[in-house]
Amino acid sequence: MADITKTGAYICSGCGIGDCVNVEALATVATKEGKVAFAKTHPMLCGAEGVALIKGDIASGAVTAVSIAACSPRVCYDIFDFGESAVLDRIDIREKVAWSQEPGHLETQALAEDYIRMGMVKIKAMELPVPFIPEEPSKTIMVVGGGIAGMTAALNAAKAGYKVELVEKEPALGGFANSLGMRLPDKAPYDAPMENDIGQLVEDVIGDDYINVHLGATINKVSGGPGIFDVSLSNGTDKAFRAGAIVLATGFNPYDVKKLTKLGADLPGVVGSVEFESMLKEGKAPPKRIVFILCAGSRDDEHLPYCSSVCCASSLKQAWLARQANPEASVTVIYRDIRTTGNMEFFYKQVQQDPGIFLTKGETPQVAREGDELSVTAENTLLGGKVKFMADMVVLATGMVPSTLDPSVKVDKPEDQMQDFDRDQVGKASILKLDYRQGPEVPDLKLGFPDSHFICFPYETRRTGIYAAGTVRHPMDASVAKNDAIGAAMKAIQCVEMVPRGEAVHPRARDLSHPEFAMERCTQCKRCTVECPFGAINEDEKTNPIPVKSRCRRCATCMGACPVQIINFKNYSIPMVGAMIKAIDMPDEDEERPRVLAFICENDAMPALEMAGINRLRINPVVRFVPLRCMGSLNLQWIADALSSGWDGIMLLGCKHGDDYQCHNVKGSELATIRASKVQETLDRLMLESERILVDAVQISDWQRLPKMIDGFVEQISEMEPNPYKGF
Amino acid sequence: MTAALEAAEMGRKVTLVEREPYLGGRVIRMAKYFPKLCPPGCGTEINFRRLRANPRVTIMVDSQVASITGARGDFTATIKTRPRYVNEKCTACGDCEKVCPVERSDSYNYGMKNTKAIYLADALAMPFRHSIDMSVCKGADCGECVKVCKYEAIDLAMEEKTTTITASAVVHATGWKPYDASRIENLGYGQIKNVINNVEMERLASVSGPTEGRILRRDNGEPPSVVAMVQCAGSRDENHLPYCSSICCLVSIKHANYVREQYPDSDVYVFYIDLRAPGKYESFYRKAMEDPKIHFIKGKVARIEEDESGRAVVTAEDIIGGGKTRVACDLVVLATGMEPESKSVAPLMAKFNPDGFILEELQGDAGLIACGVASGPFDVTTSTQNSTAAALKAVQAGARR
Repeated sequence: MADITKTGAYICSGCGIGDCVNVEALATVATKEGKVAFAKTHPMLCGAEGVALIKGDIASGAVTAVSIAACSPRVCYDIFDFGESAVLDRIDIREKVAWSQEPGHLETQALAEDYIRMGMVKIKAMELPVPFIPEEPSKTIMVVGGGIAGMTAALNAAKAGYKVELVEKEPALGGFANSLGMRLPDKAPYDAPMENDIGQLVEDVIGDDYINVHLGATINKVSGGPGIFDVSLSNGTDKAFRAGAIVLATGFNPYDVKKLTKLGADLPGVVGSVEFESMLKEGKAPPKRIVFILCAGSRDDEHLPYCSSVCCASSLKQAWLARQANPEASVTVIYRDIRTTGNMEFFYKQVQQDPGIFLTKGETPQVAREGDELSVTAENTLLGGKVKFMADMVVLATGMVPSTLDPSVKVDKPEDQMQDFDRDQVGKASILKLDYRQGPEVPDLKLGFPDSHFICFPYETRRTGIYAAGTVRHPMDASVAKNDAIGAAMKAIQCVEMVPRGEAVHPRARDLSHPEFAMERCTQCKRCTVECPFGAINEDEKTNPIPVKSRCRRCATCMGACPVQIINFKNYSIPMVGAMIKAIDMPDEDEERPRVLAFICENDAMPALEMAGINRLRINPVVRFVPLRCMGSLNLQWIADALSSGWDGIMLLGCKHGDDYQCHNVKGSELATIRASKVQETLDRLMLESERILVDAVQISDWQRLPKMIDGFVEQISEMEPNPYKGF
Repeated sequence: MTAALEAAEMGRKVTLVEREPYLGGRVIRMAKYFPKLCPPGCGTEINFRRLRANPRVTIMVDSQVASITGARGDFTATIKTRPRYVNEKCTACGDCEKVCPVERSDSYNYGMKNTKAIYLADALAMPFRHSIDMSVCKGADCGECVKVCKYEAIDLAMEEKTTTITASAVVHATGWKPYDASRIENLGYGQIKNVINNVEMERLASVSGPTEGRILRRDNGEPPSVVAMVQCAGSRDENHLPYCSSICCLVSIKHANYVREQYPDSDVYVFYIDLRAPGKYESFYRKAMEDPKIHFIKGKVARIEEDESGRAVVTAEDIIGGGKTRVACDLVVLATGMEPESKSVAPLMAKFNPDGFILEELQGDAGLIACGVASGPFDVTTSTQNSTAAALKAVQAGARR
């Protein structure tokens, strides 16, 4: 708890604040009601004089906590940075008041004064975080998978000076690339296949004394978390080591060509692209008439719904090589779309120049045996309508299946005891064997790829410190996989550097706060261990939660989940927000001045609200906004606090959930919605309108829509009777 | 931003040099990302937040690198910072804008909107400070903004500043610009009002854009009922950009979504050569195909002409259906490709391929690194991924081993 007698309130009157509200009255609220040591007003706190004023008070020992009522914390962050010399809180009365309210109005002044009241109790409840640093953290990086991606990740981590433990299940390094003859071009002018140089990469890895290679190895168990992953594996002998972060680069398996019976996979002369590749590699002369069928089992709901990205280019490569090996050969390629993006277009153009290669769009290809020959028919071709090609060999270009999938894996639990994360483990190949309460493997979003789901943050899996790279993460070609691996190595390095500093990794990078559990009051309800989106909390045999703190992303979903409020952060806690809720000057029932409390996501709804202010849109003055780290941190105690303090309505403005979820903590807004629905049920039982609670999704770009949406809710609340608990 | 942040969070000091007065590049000007149709501002805000939390990154906006000398591990860069005429005391209160008597065409909105000569690029702008466009400002003769500013934030006599820094590695993340569609004569861009390019479409769909997010005809401001997307406008074409720009197919599907969402009765035509929706993007394409009002037509557009009512008439071959097709459209969006900006930011030490992308394979080991569209035509997620890789390559240049 910050010492309130050593807390200073600094109230800025600049940027129109002084024209909009009576700042001296705000100062009086801070001292008289907030009981802070003093409140100072200034016409431009962010100027040299204003900052010197605050720094002087800190230096003299007059204050150890500073509450600045001025602009949004999203600006002037560098100016109002006092490091560890004082607890700092910012109260936004510029964007949220001066820029969005009617100047001089009674309700405007009431709003600003309430924000001061809320700010004073907030800072009182805050403390400087004490970083959590695990004992004996390791900076070694474990890379799982010794193919192109894994080896590239290992080499690049080593080049930056990090020790690597490289784990490969096969007896040799190289992965899928070992099966290739020539490879796709990745250098200008991109016009011909290149020598397969996987051997060089293998040599580089073996020759690097920072990389310890484990061949023919199976992981037995990974326990701990970032900085302290304790790994045991065996490859004949048992080995154990500690790693700080993990790169998962286990690659893909080619789609099983045998499943493509509709494309004649069971007919003699019909081969998969992997088999054809080995024919070329072994120097077997290809037959005279070859037909390639692209998207064989890809872009197909019966097989792989997605596009595997590389089959177009690799089939063109095989067609080109077949023509080199047998200049008499005539090759037909039946495609749906030729997807040679970027510079691969140059190779496509080169292949198009070859008169022996005929490329045509064609749909619903059919393969049949006609005597000694094969026939392939396709519809809607470039030749007009249905066309039939005769062939000696048909090559089916099969797609990629992430190696994380193994349909034979079941989860040994009755259905009614299955949590979402248990279901997620069904069909997951046993690779990492994580000692996590939420299951042994990295969860995926869909289709088995342990991708982040975020366009802007591709590497964040739902297991902190474990970064997927290469084709296990997304279908991609080798040159993209190499860069992908280097990026994943970077994330792993970051993790091993940040954990020993006690810092959170992405997205709350550098946050030093962490959840603290008052275990003596724990009821072993398991909600925190179940709801943590990142599997950060283990359980002992009595279902006590065991937080593994370096796994924590600091979203505070556990804090929101806990029914007995035992999980809190030094600078973000249930009592803190609870005090804010109770701090306002609640108008009496007969005043007809309703009050609405809005919990808003700090990353999306809050900037949206501020942008409304920046664009000088009017925001309804009866609403007080409380930014949350994540909607997932919403604890139902706050709803109870709000209803019992007389708030007439409550809004929860988080981000979109569902398939295209935008919550950076994956499940935060979804969990808040579920929790709120329970309260709504309770309200109905208490004959209190459940419509008093609104849950909605707000995007950062919704600033124009947001004020109207808020007005709509306030109007609805105004039509109801006041909250009957007002004044109690 | 990604490359800078990834290196800084690991622990390195980074100087981030940006030519524009704000961070965020092209994506912050976009309405939505594909395939989730989520706003780029969301991820950008996270990056801003990471920057705010990280004093290891020195941000230099309005700045360009004038020269780089030295070698891996020991570069010296000279950075020129254009005068912004607004100093760090600016609070973006906006009083100056109210009194400024001059307007300028807003490059942030590709000229489709005006701002005052003193302006804030966007409500999300970082740094959150105004700038003056001196090419239109009346200078000290006017000085209205100087008079009204309470914070002594405007300095009309500000001069260019030169800064010299040392660095162990250089990351080129200079991005792209839309290919100049007026060079594709048969498509009528610049001649026909209702023919626009895909970055302009993003601004039309953006709430902070010229139409507050409403997609409207450019000649009369009426809602469109027929809209066409013309793929490979300048891409996969020896006379323009010979490579595939990778993203335009998906961008156009996204644009089809914008139109269909705003106008449920509208028809959208997409004229394409190959519809390239690699990987998991396939489902985004499929969803669009399920909409009976989005018509995908395989065929190259031969020409676009204006009819007497101002509509843009698209003539294209229809490869599958056979023959030619003509569609009169209220709005035509050219899916223009990405042209690397890298050549225009010379003189750097980088080497380019014939198309202007930085050839990193020749110089990565020399500490000259490229990422994002400076290195190839990539989408946002691939750019983010290879920018993270670029950060490690840069870290390696300063590593002792």
